[in-house]
Amino acid sequence: MSGCGYGLLFLLGLVLAIDATLVARSEALLTLAVGAIFVIAGLLSSTLHLGQPQRAWRAFSQWRSSWLSREGVASVASFAPMLALAWCLWRGADESLLRGLGALLAVLATITVVCTAGIYTSLKTIAAWHNRFVLPGYLLMGLLGGAVWLLCLNSPHLIHVVKSVQPKFTLIDMRLEEPLAIGVVLFAVACCVLKYFYWRHIDTATPTSTPESATGLGRFGTVRSVEAPHTEENYLTHEMGFALARKHGKRLRQIALILIGVIPILLAIATMCVPVSWGALCAIAAAIAVTAGLFVERWLFFAQAKHVVMLYYGGTRPDRA
Amino acid sequence: MTMLPPPSPKKLGLVIDLDICVGCHACAVACKEWNDGGEFGPLPDENPYGAEPLGVWFNRVHSYEVEPTEKDKPAMTVHFPRSCLHCETPDCVTVCPTGASYKRAEDGIVLVDEDKCIGCKLCSWACPYGAREYSEVRGVMQKCTLCVDRIYNESFEEIDRQPACVMACPTRARHFGDLGDADSAVSKLVAERGGYDLMPEMGYKPVNKYLPPRPRRDGCGSAPKPVQDEKVDFSTASPLLRWIDKVLSR
Repeated sequence: MSGCGYGLLFLLGLVLAIDATLVARSEALLTLAVGAIFVIAGLLSSTLHLGQPQRAWRAFSQWRSSWLSREGVASVASFAPMLALAWCLWRGADESLLRGLGALLAVLATITVVCTAGIYTSLKTIAAWHNRFVLPGYLLMGLLGGAVWLLCLNSPHLIHVVKSVQPKFTLIDMRLEEPLAIGVVLFAVACCVLKYFYWRHIDTATPTSTPESATGLGRFGTVRSVEAPHTEENYLTHEMGFALARKHGKRLRQIALILIGVIPILLAIATMCVPVSWGALCAIAAAIAVTAGLFVERWLFFAQAKHVVMLYYGGTRPDRA
Repeated sequence: MTMLPPPSPKKLGLVIDLDICVGCHACAVACKEWNDGGEFGPLPDENPYGAEPLGVWFNRVHSYEVEPTEKDKPAMTVHFPRSCLHCETPDCVTVCPTGASYKRAEDGIVLVDEDKCIGCKLCSWACPYGAREYSEVRGVMQKCTLCVDRIYNESFEEIDRQPACVMACPTRARHFGDLGDADSAVSKLVAERGGYDLMPEMGYKPVNKYLPPRPRRDGCGSAPKPVQDEKVDFSTASPLLRWIDKVLSR
């Protein structure tokens, strides 16, 4: 969710930094607003996950050691260039200021996503997250989500509709559409290739820890759990032994590849070939498909992450596998 | 502050003897009881009298069967208490975004400040030992305190200034002391019995040590003689027995 938002903000910042005249100001404002909505929605949903959300402000304090804290700081910091840009676009500031703020926004959006990835890659307890594929995955999927939404917002038809409602909206030339469509194709291909290698890695990597190393009893033989410490579930088996999606892992991977790969690639190519009004429809469909695909991919990312603590419980319990 | 303090000379922790633990769960129950009313309690359960009670325990006792690699050797049952190991370099402390999770500079005890914890659960994900459990009722993470409210409690007799689990253990399978001091009783025990770390490959340097089961008395766990058909020589037996054998063997 917020990945799409930061991807969008990154691309907007990049475009503004390269040439602030590439996008109309009203259009940039719209993009900024949509990006902000994505980011805020993502942040709010993660805040609501907390046990004590009213203390969330404390999470900005430990940036020296904690990636979660760094992510909090970076995400809030990125609101500064967002608000400044919004103000400048609204009031009409000069080009160099827009370029500077765009560059700052792009940098902070990237830092935020890097910090988010850091939360997961820093966990040695989960082999599926503690590997070299996770950071590029976050960056690429943010870019894909951002590009496809930007393509959508940039589609001439949509802008036409917005203009009919809000006549102050200035119509712009469409120099961005084609590069964005090509970008979507490239990012989607890259995402699929990366996901393929990521899945192959997590399926074949030899585990660093075993029930033998967890108990230290490997010197005597093979360790098998005969009795759990508790007859009911506990927090650990609930949270880390969650294996619902593992059952449908293969099918969900195919669905994810279709939604973030096949569909956006075909639709992005289509936007370059079909009439303008159809192009808008294609872009919107691609954005919806990618967003849904990213949800599936996130679900899998969590569901297929096995935590080493389950070694103490004899691996995944068969009734939940 | 979730940055780790410089290594302290004093490293308080537990030594758990897997040779004599009988898996009675007394340590786990005593722990729950003490900490429910102690300084870091309560430890409320969700649905405590319902069909599926769920709640925080700082100590969990597993039972494992160890199947020897050589054939025909009997398997070994090992009871295995699992709690916070008060690691020297734990990620559960450094991942904490709020500073609620911390390692004490003076004695190395890892604690959670429940007034600062936001309940993000990240520390429990960082711990490979499952030492941290989240309290749904209180909205914060809870964990073993090494009974910090007992071990320094001057209103207790000296002999009672030990963690509740150590006091409760009927077989004395649990020992408490300073593992940073090579001359302490616990350090000597570790040296003598070959005490070891759990999952050393994680790199968290646990302070708590586990003592391996001793070789079994009956020939170091070698297999008892397999039960075979007894061969009885009837040729020297009395004619009556020979006749009975002959009839029954038909």
